[in-house]
Amino acid sequence: MNSEPRYEIRFSGSGGQGIITAAVVLADAVGTLDGKYVCQTQSYGPEARGGKSKAEVVMCAEPIDYPKAMQIDLLLSMTQASCDAYFFDIKPDGLLVVDAGLVEQLPTSRAVAIPFTKIARKEIGRELVANMVALGAIGYLSGQVNLKNLEKTLLSRVPKGTENMNRDALQAGIDEAKKVDLASLPRSFANEWEAEV
Amino acid sequence: MVVETEVIRHEYLRHDKKFPHVWCPGCGNGIVLGSLLRAIHELGLPKDDVVVASGIGCSSRLTTYIDFNTLHTTHGRALTFATGVKLAKPRLKVITVMGDGDATAIGGNHFIHAARRNINITAVIINNSTYGMTGGQYSPTTPYGSKSTTSVYGHVEHDFSIAELAVTAGAVFVARGTVYHAAQLDKLLEQAITKRGFSVVEVISNCHVQHGRRNKLGDAVTMITGFRDRAVPVAKAAKMSAEEMRGKFTIGVLCDVDKPVSSEEYDRIRQESCQLPQ
Amino acid sequence: MASPETGQRLLLQGNEAVVHGALAAGCRFFAGYPITPASEISELLSVMLPKVGGTFIQMEDEIASMGAIIGASLAGVKSMTATSGPGFSLMQENLGYACITEVPCVVVNVMRGGPSTGLPTNVSQGDVLMARWGTHGDHPIIVLAVSSVADCFSITVRAFNLSEKYRVPVILLSDEVVAHTRECVVLPSQDKIRVVDRIAPSVPPEWYKPYADNNRGVPDMASFGEGYRHHVTGLVHDERGYPTQQPKEIESFLMRLHDKITKGFSEIMITKTQMMEDADVCVIAYGCVSRAAMQAIKMARAHGIKAGMLQLITLFPFPRKAVDAALRQCSAAIVPELNLGQMAREINRVNQTGTRVVKYNRIDGQMITPDEILKQILGVS
Repeated sequence: MNSEPRYEIRFSGSGGQGIITAAVVLADAVGTLDGKYVCQTQSYGPEARGGKSKAEVVMCAEPIDYPKAMQIDLLLSMTQASCDAYFFDIKPDGLLVVDAGLVEQLPTSRAVAIPFTKIARKEIGRELVANMVALGAIGYLSGQVNLKNLEKTLLSRVPKGTENMNRDALQAGIDEAKKVDLASLPRSFANEWEAEV
Repeated sequence: MVVETEVIRHEYLRHDKKFPHVWCPGCGNGIVLGSLLRAIHELGLPKDDVVVASGIGCSSRLTTYIDFNTLHTTHGRALTFATGVKLAKPRLKVITVMGDGDATAIGGNHFIHAARRNINITAVIINNSTYGMTGGQYSPTTPYGSKSTTSVYGHVEHDFSIAELAVTAGAVFVARGTVYHAAQLDKLLEQAITKRGFSVVEVISNCHVQHGRRNKLGDAVTMITGFRDRAVPVAKAAKMSAEEMRGKFTIGVLCDVDKPVSSEEYDRIRQESCQLPQ
Repeated sequence: MASPETGQRLLLQGNEAVVHGALAAGCRFFAGYPITPASEISELLSVMLPKVGGTFIQMEDEIASMGAIIGASLAGVKSMTATSGPGFSLMQENLGYACITEVPCVVVNVMRGGPSTGLPTNVSQGDVLMARWGTHGDHPIIVLAVSSVADCFSITVRAFNLSEKYRVPVILLSDEVVAHTRECVVLPSQDKIRVVDRIAPSVPPEWYKPYADNNRGVPDMASFGEGYRHHVTGLVHDERGYPTQQPKEIESFLMRLHDKITKGFSEIMITKTQMMEDADVCVIAYGCVSRAAMQAIKMARAHGIKAGMLQLITLFPFPRKAVDAALRQCSAAIVPELNLGQMAREINRVNQTGTRVVKYNRIDGQMITPDEILKQILGVS
């Protein structure tokens, strides 16, 4: 295997939720500003809206050979369907992050549920930026990106006039993620009983 | 006139190309070639600045014989190559010569889109109602009921009119001439070449060897004088009934309008967005 | 000059890097028709080309796109089109025209699943032999394959350079994965990029023979409108460019078309080896699959297996020498492809040592994974 470990994040949801945009912003921040090697890929469906949507970001301190995810460190699911479809190749000690309002049946207790869409609607006033709330949360939870760089990249990529809204959304996600106690989760999917102990 | 013809022959034909040409005795293609050279000569266009592109077929062999930048392309595609040449080097005068099958069957899509696109190109279409080079098969302009090597029982499809098609597709200048009316053809070609935008000249011509022979239309002279009898000037035709026009066709300028030329529009965009030091 | 972002670290898609490579190589004309997964190339060039004084046009189909780029190249402007399988099929007729008239141009084919409409959004390597033999008749052609975003830039530049130098169309084979993967690259500044241009005639116009042989086998090329009036035809022609039916002239002309490529073999055939010094097993791959292969080789090395990589960047002319060397060195070669073995057939053709050549193929629209290749390596070790 590579001497340096890869870190793999998969973003999933339905078309129109901004899944790919979130993945591109993360990849840009990690690759361009943090200076790591990064590969961002996505699945393309014929439909522009609706249907399952998937994007992946692989990052590593060394050059990346295989550009797609092999074993997921962190899976973000913004819908139940995408959670069910893309959970299968997550690492035993990987982390599942879901939109609490849209994913009701969790396949594991090693999961973090945050109501991204509800936060976007209630705190920011636009459901549209749920993807950026989620991006803030997984940016924090993964520990793989400099959060200042993430914000800088986000602001350089969003349409003029929407900077504040997007910055607030990202920050709301980060703040919400800070409340999560990762240590309280089971260490591995194989050891789910730990949580109850 | 004789002197003038000699001058043109000497000045514009390729003498290092072994003649004779591929055309049959009596073929109308030579008359179109003569008209085209006289029009270019009359307009005083420098030979180095003229590009003539053609497709495939008897008429398209025309490019082999004339001393310009010549481009003998693939079947039906002359206009696509011409589009590339014109956009890449707008100062060049770009003319295409095609046949009826070439321009409107295999190249039909390119033809209507060139008309719609309105780039500064002149399309000369020699319409002899058949595929002469391949042996006289039916083309999009072969009349209903005609015999050809692929319609020996009589043609069951209907033909269309190239010039009217060009008008509908948006060409800014459309004219029809015949190989009988050579003097008029000279003028129509001059007008077309000078016109800003996509111009079309349909030339009704004879293939007595393939189309004529199978349909008992007589020899070259008979066919060509037949054009004289069937051709009606546009202004006169406007006063005639459909019944009176049966079996006849209009000649002259069918359409002459002004529209923004897309290649010039693009030039403007390029100039506005160009970041290079001018 | 071509890319205002040179020198910066940029996150680019493969298709975007192709655009920057083309502009850096001097491409100033693009004609294309919308098709997945190549459309990003058209979209970005429609923005970039007018800024550098170039021309973008969307034609009515891929036949027209190919015709237009040949016309533009004849007028002296470096030209490119980009498409995917169905459009590439339509381009074959005029591609042959570019071969016989020796008009430099670059055709990008971002491969997707076929045949026919096939799998428009899925990856494939099904057009490899079509890229070599798609147009009719014996013809010379160069086919290059890219495997990363960095390749998409540098190999596109190479494609233009080879096309200009040898007056031959160059096919750049990309695929859906490479085209849509985003990676960081630093685009070199223009003065660091080697750009090759076609050689214009130095003789006066009246002495110019547009298709005369010379010691390079590549005639000097005059552009339309520069005083060198000449005839260009898709018919077999003599050295003046006029149609000929003389057997002697036909043969010497067609042989020159092939010989000019043969003369350039050492420069044209680009391959890359990694971890081959002590390898017992090699993986021979190209395009996106070479990424999975490299990962698998590192995994195999962790298992103590001496595995190595031969990556083919030039697919045609077939890099026989490099493949032969790898086959002689190794006891087995794995050839993973997203088709049913199109390059494996070529590799077997040059296999003179009886080395075991193991095909591994997927045609379900999905990438071959490192695990799958590792299993093949373990199987022969």
